[in-house]
Amino acid sequence: MAEKVGVYVCHCGSNIAGKVDVEDVAKWAGEKVKDVAVSRDYKFMCSSLGQKLVEDDIREQGLTRVVVAACSPHLHEKTFRRACSNAGLNPYLMEMTNIREHCSWVHKDRAAATEKARSLVSASIERVKFQEPLEPMFVDVNRATLVIGGGIAGLQATLELADAGYPVYLVERQPSIGGHMAQFDKTFPTLDCSACILTPKMSEVGQHENVTLLTYAELEEVSGSVGNFKVRIRQKARHVVFDDCTGCGICVEKCPRKVLDTEFEAGMGNRKAIYMPFPQAVPRVPVIDTESCIWFERQKCRACEKLCPTNAIDFDQEDEMIEIEVGNIIMATGWDAFDTRKIPQYGYGRLANVYTSLEFERLCNAAGPTNGKIVLRDGKTEPKSVAIVHCVGSRDERHNPYCSGICCMASLKLGHLVLEKTDAEVYSFYIDMRTNQKNYEEFYQRLLGEGMRFVRGKVAEVTDAARKPSEQGKLIVQCEDTLVGRQQRFPVDMVILMGAIEPQVDAREMGLKCGISCSMEGWYTERHPKLDPVATMTDGIFVAGACQGPKDIPASVAQGAAAAARVAGMITKGKVMIEPIVASIDEEGCSGCRICNNLCPYNAIEYDAEAKVSRVITALCKGCGTCVSACPAGAIRGAHFSDRQIFAEIQGALWDAWQPRGGASEEAEAVPVSAP
Amino acid sequence: MKYAYYPGCSLEAGSAAYDKSVRAVLEQLGVELDELDDWNCCGATEYFSQNELVATSVIARNLALVDGEHDQLVAPCAACFLNLKKTDKLLSEQPVMKGKVDEALAAGGLSYRPGRVRVRHLLDMLYTDIGQEAIRAKVVQPLNGLRVAPYYGCQIVRPLNGFDNPEYPMKMDEMFEWLGAEVVDYPVKAHCCGGHMTQISEPEAFELIRRLLQSADEYQADVILCMCPMCQLNLDAYQGRVNGHFGTSFKLPIVFFTQLLGVALGIEMKKLGFGKELVSAEPVIRSKLDGSSVGAAT
Repeated sequence: MAEKVGVYVCHCGSNIAGKVDVEDVAKWAGEKVKDVAVSRDYKFMCSSLGQKLVEDDIREQGLTRVVVAACSPHLHEKTFRRACSNAGLNPYLMEMTNIREHCSWVHKDRAAATEKARSLVSASIERVKFQEPLEPMFVDVNRATLVIGGGIAGLQATLELADAGYPVYLVERQPSIGGHMAQFDKTFPTLDCSACILTPKMSEVGQHENVTLLTYAELEEVSGSVGNFKVRIRQKARHVVFDDCTGCGICVEKCPRKVLDTEFEAGMGNRKAIYMPFPQAVPRVPVIDTESCIWFERQKCRACEKLCPTNAIDFDQEDEMIEIEVGNIIMATGWDAFDTRKIPQYGYGRLANVYTSLEFERLCNAAGPTNGKIVLRDGKTEPKSVAIVHCVGSRDERHNPYCSGICCMASLKLGHLVLEKTDAEVYSFYIDMRTNQKNYEEFYQRLLGEGMRFVRGKVAEVTDAARKPSEQGKLIVQCEDTLVGRQQRFPVDMVILMGAIEPQVDAREMGLKCGISCSMEGWYTERHPKLDPVATMTDGIFVAGACQGPKDIPASVAQGAAAAARVAGMITKGKVMIEPIVASIDEEGCSGCRICNNLCPYNAIEYDAEAKVSRVITALCKGCGTCVSACPAGAIRGAHFSDRQIFAEIQGALWDAWQPRGGASEEAEAVPVSAP
Repeated sequence: MKYAYYPGCSLEAGSAAYDKSVRAVLEQLGVELDELDDWNCCGATEYFSQNELVATSVIARNLALVDGEHDQLVAPCAACFLNLKKTDKLLSEQPVMKGKVDEALAAGGLSYRPGRVRVRHLLDMLYTDIGQEAIRAKVVQPLNGLRVAPYYGCQIVRPLNGFDNPEYPMKMDEMFEWLGAEVVDYPVKAHCCGGHMTQISEPEAFELIRRLLQSADEYQADVILCMCPMCQLNLDAYQGRVNGHFGTSFKLPIVFFTQLLGVALGIEMKKLGFGKELVSAEPVIRSKLDGSSVGAAT
């Protein structure tokens, strides 16, 4: 029996209708294409009235298939599937074709765009006739959640979920949670002490009954899918037995080996070979840095072991693999600082008193290496003038084209601290001042009042080549002041480079492990830039904080909480729908060659040694189709993507190649569908 | 290794020491240079501002003269290098200009397809193609104890060059570290020497020259190394007048980097064109290095 296809072409206001003659496309499909029972165009198909059109036609005209030509299925496939369902038609008998992003938005020529829209509609009509009813599956959602990264975004997400009563695993690669925020002295624009507002959250996480904290640990592997992920985590060897350590700190105190701390102290201070990154570390369990420990270097010392009152030191400890099962994952892996050495004309690493912003954060932190005294590298001289250089590696086509977002405010904060703690003059070299969040502009005005000097212009170089006696012994900041329209030289004692916020070096790799993608720059891609900024294209994986793009603390906290809310929703619902678009193996045709077993990226195919056939584990299958195309016997079938459906789609797209223009009726019969 | 060679006008006259040392050094390193037959001036820094079509055609002629045996053209002069490279790029990006230039070339029985010849600066070729290992293997007289200030000038570091950091070049620094010299990392190494400003406004030009000399002097350099004839001329020939103008007493020898590279390779100083510079380089080189072994290979 022939199918009765309903075709619905959307105007999307003028989004589609502006470039595609939608009325013509609908009329053409209704009159010329075989098996089309109804064909309509409508201003907004996604509106409730548009949906009602589809529902009514299914009921009244007995449609057996539906084609909606509108926007991307990412946006509205669910909408129209639901409409079909409401009217009693299996939702998988609806096909959506994208004549907006794939057509009207990318073409200029109205006639050509209309022609292409016809092709797309025709392709979907031919395809939909071969689509089969499918039933979605529902799986239980594991109530536990994995949060990756213990910076402020990850901490917030963890606390939201744990406080709601759900178990959370928090994995952090450093020995302590806290992230970059723990390194800062003050936070803008309120100038609260960063540690004072962060450490309560840290200890709450550390002591929370619902939180399993895994610090000094790395994500190794993620398998499974939404609701039921299996995760392997490498617990790196601390060489301190976690449960035996009381955190008394004697080992750290007595360790004879001091090394430069390039991590927490950003190279401004030292740490011991056995160390906790900072006094308020959570957990209060030190780690041994095997790179610098005397025992690991030349089998001598063991002072920490001898002095530990609870015998918690274990030099033979090895990395351990931990397997956990969770329903959802929140990525909150944070950011890295731009390597300011990449801009050699700013002199970092060459000129002693050029600092990175992180170095300076440590320098003015009361718990930092100088107890918060702002002094030059000689350790005693207070600077009389300080230059703060914005956009170092940001808004620079040679490095990062984007704006790092937080540096203008951070510069104002650092400028304030210099003015508060010293008698120095402070110059800020900016391209544009960007202070566009709540109370930020007011903070800028405050600094103008406090006497911070602002020079609009990109710094050309920082040099020690003096041209006149007043420049001798100074760092000279050369800059075109674009407000004055003149090259200017500013001799100063200290220069702070506001380096760009960059993705973590291994962001891409970490994303791959979880099956989420990155932008060109390496930021995780959210599902929708405006309407779904915490979900990703992979169900069950969410993002929070600066790993998705440069963010300040309030925004990171907000996104951490938002991600947690999304996860809590999934857990509360308890079940998640799994698309029935999966592969299945015809056991009669399977030779047991096992080629598909290793190819499957989701480990969704198991081999039954007794029956000598492979089987698809439906709950794990993502319907990617790799096995379908690889099976030498053609024994694997991908639901919703059968050969027949795809060949029909191609044939439909090429309607004008096998039809005289303008008609696709009788002759269509003559061309056989070549697929089985 | 074989390259087409474009010496440029300066190397035939004021900068003969550059040409002499380039040839001697490359012979020692086993690199064959085939000088372009009947090459012409590159137009230096001015011609492009005077008449773009003529400037482009004149330079394109040199590119067209590179025969089929060579696909790389080496130029030691920074201005020549920049002009040749710029012309190749311009011809590939501007079809109208290319049409006119094609016509001009055809009148002389020549033709050129943009991109056929890869224009290389001598420093790039030495650093990249010959490389650290081969150069170090040939060092006879390490430059230990000699403080050198590599000076890149402003032309070679334009973004077009494609082989070194345009803001803060380091390739010559690295090369002289291979040779054992104490390389002075002074901040003005890519600043302008004034070019032909000496002919237009001496006070302006002298100030630019003074900045370079002063910075190298503050970093206690024994010698400044140049890779551009114009730079060498300005720093060397005007040094006395700069001293007179500012009451300074700089006495810094200014040589081409290939001259000192030749010393490290053991080539006799006479064969490297030493003695042509106004502030004599030989005494400081001999006194800092072990004088007896300088030029041991020849």
